[in-house]
Amino acid sequence: MIYTVFRPCSGSFEGVSTPAVAVAHVSKTFLRSRQIVHALQDVSLEIMPGEFFGLLGPNGAGKTTLISCMAGLCRQDNGDIRILGYDTRQDYRQARRALGVVPQELVFDPFFSVREILRLQSGYFGIQKNDAWIDELLAELDLTDKADHSMRSLSGGMKRRVLVAQALVHRPPVIILDEPTAGVDVALRQGLWQFIRRLNQDGHTIILTTHYLEEAEALCGRLALMRAGEICALEKTDSLIRQFAKHRLTVRLGEGNVLPAALLTLAVPVPATARTWEWTLDALADIETVLATLRESGCTLEDMRISPPDLETAFLSFMGQQS
Amino acid sequence: MTEFLTLLRKELLRFWKVGFQTVCAPVLTALLYLMIFSQVLENHVQVHGVRYTAFLIPGLVMMSVLQNAFANSSSSLIQSKITGNLVFVLLTPISNFQFFAAYLLAATVRGAVVGAGVLLATSWIGGLTMAEPLWVLLFTLLGGLLMGSLGLIAGMWAEKFDQLAAFQNFLILPLTMLSGVFYSVQSLPEFWQGVSRANPVFYLIDGFRYGFFAVSDATPWLSLGVATAFTLMIGLLSFVLLVRGYKLRS
Repeated sequence: MIYTVFRPCSGSFEGVSTPAVAVAHVSKTFLRSRQIVHALQDVSLEIMPGEFFGLLGPNGAGKTTLISCMAGLCRQDNGDIRILGYDTRQDYRQARRALGVVPQELVFDPFFSVREILRLQSGYFGIQKNDAWIDELLAELDLTDKADHSMRSLSGGMKRRVLVAQALVHRPPVIILDEPTAGVDVALRQGLWQFIRRLNQDGHTIILTTHYLEEAEALCGRLALMRAGEICALEKTDSLIRQFAKHRLTVRLGEGNVLPAALLTLAVPVPATARTWEWTLDALADIETVLATLRESGCTLEDMRISPPDLETAFLSFMGQQS
Repeated sequence: MTEFLTLLRKELLRFWKVGFQTVCAPVLTALLYLMIFSQVLENHVQVHGVRYTAFLIPGLVMMSVLQNAFANSSSSLIQSKITGNLVFVLLTPISNFQFFAAYLLAATVRGAVVGAGVLLATSWIGGLTMAEPLWVLLFTLLGGLLMGSLGLIAGMWAEKFDQLAAFQNFLILPLTMLSGVFYSVQSLPEFWQGVSRANPVFYLIDGFRYGFFAVSDATPWLSLGVATAFTLMIGLLSFVLLVRGYKLRS
């Protein structure tokens, strides 16, 4: 197992007080089509070392702008960002050494092979002889047989994995993944998450943005929800789900059955399915109330399902409340 | 230092991997100029007592140095910007000065390699000796650095390839072609002599040519002074733009 040698440079994070990422009152405006767009508005948050942190929000919420400010690709108008205590503007070299970023876009340099790219990337971080680690990365990301292939010849999924390798080539303690599984097939996605999860277990701080909320729910311990350049929720994942999502009961009635009037007020028809209704439950005991009412009305059930609260429901519910 | 050397290596590899296009093609272009102009003018023109073909070669060499130094930094930067892979450099701890120095040095090396290629390809033509090699090296360096800096500015400014082409066709090409590559400015009417002397590229070509024949239109020290001043000025401007992240870091 390769992880015996892969340790982030900041060591164990238990009891460490310096946040992996500290964002304090950051604002950023852009001028687009002669209009001022507030991409970030007084954003503050702290991510502690070793966290698996999710940054969620609809398109245009400001996630990528915030990540770009952390990485120095974008300069905030106000506020400070520190990576492991290093200011991203004043101590930008140390801050960038501590950070590995997997960009959202599938970008690559067509002039070089995979190995050449990883060697160059190592050199940009001041690392001269890095072949042993590059070989381990290639093996872990299932790219060994593509090491000497030109980037142009790789599939989209392979290019995405090379991006991950590039971000990890200098063993950064803080890793930002900006929608890393967009366009990646299921098997590769699973492999990638297994790898990232192990990096996190080894102490790396992971910051993830994704539109696949089931991924965020499974991986992230804490979440920030962004909307219109602001952080509107900063919670532990399970706490957010508890607050904004409930169990749901879905039933499919037998042929010819009509939903009793007593249940109509809270039932929502499930689109594109016949005789199927859904209830959001305040308590699990409500299931019995619904079923009893159906029984008393002589309804028969063809199918029934109880769905636990999930992040997707919580996210939609929260964003709905916000708007 | 490793950061700088890696970026320099990458920039050198970038043009070397497509050497047929970046080195051989401009050498061929210069040779075609030489063949055509020398064929037509060799028996009719002498400049500063030098055969026309011999006079033309240093001009063509320097023109190749200048155009290719510009092309290297500008095309590298705009390609990286448009394809998005510039992010791999911008995310790293490479300092602004290291970035600046690597791009400029790579541009100068490409200019010098193409210039040397033109010189080598024309070595069969007699009558060309290097009277003052130090001046030749000095003006090659200044020309590469000046055009490399201009290339950086163009690469940062341009957002599309046609904008870069406009910069190249409407600024760089006239500056290099109307600078005494093909003639001595002394043969021009007074007005056009004045215009030529306002062109900094004229001093680069004239000073470079002095290194071969020890005669020139302007004194070599004046050429050195003007070329150095412009190199510093354009270099400083491109460095300031880089530090500000002009069109690189939003």
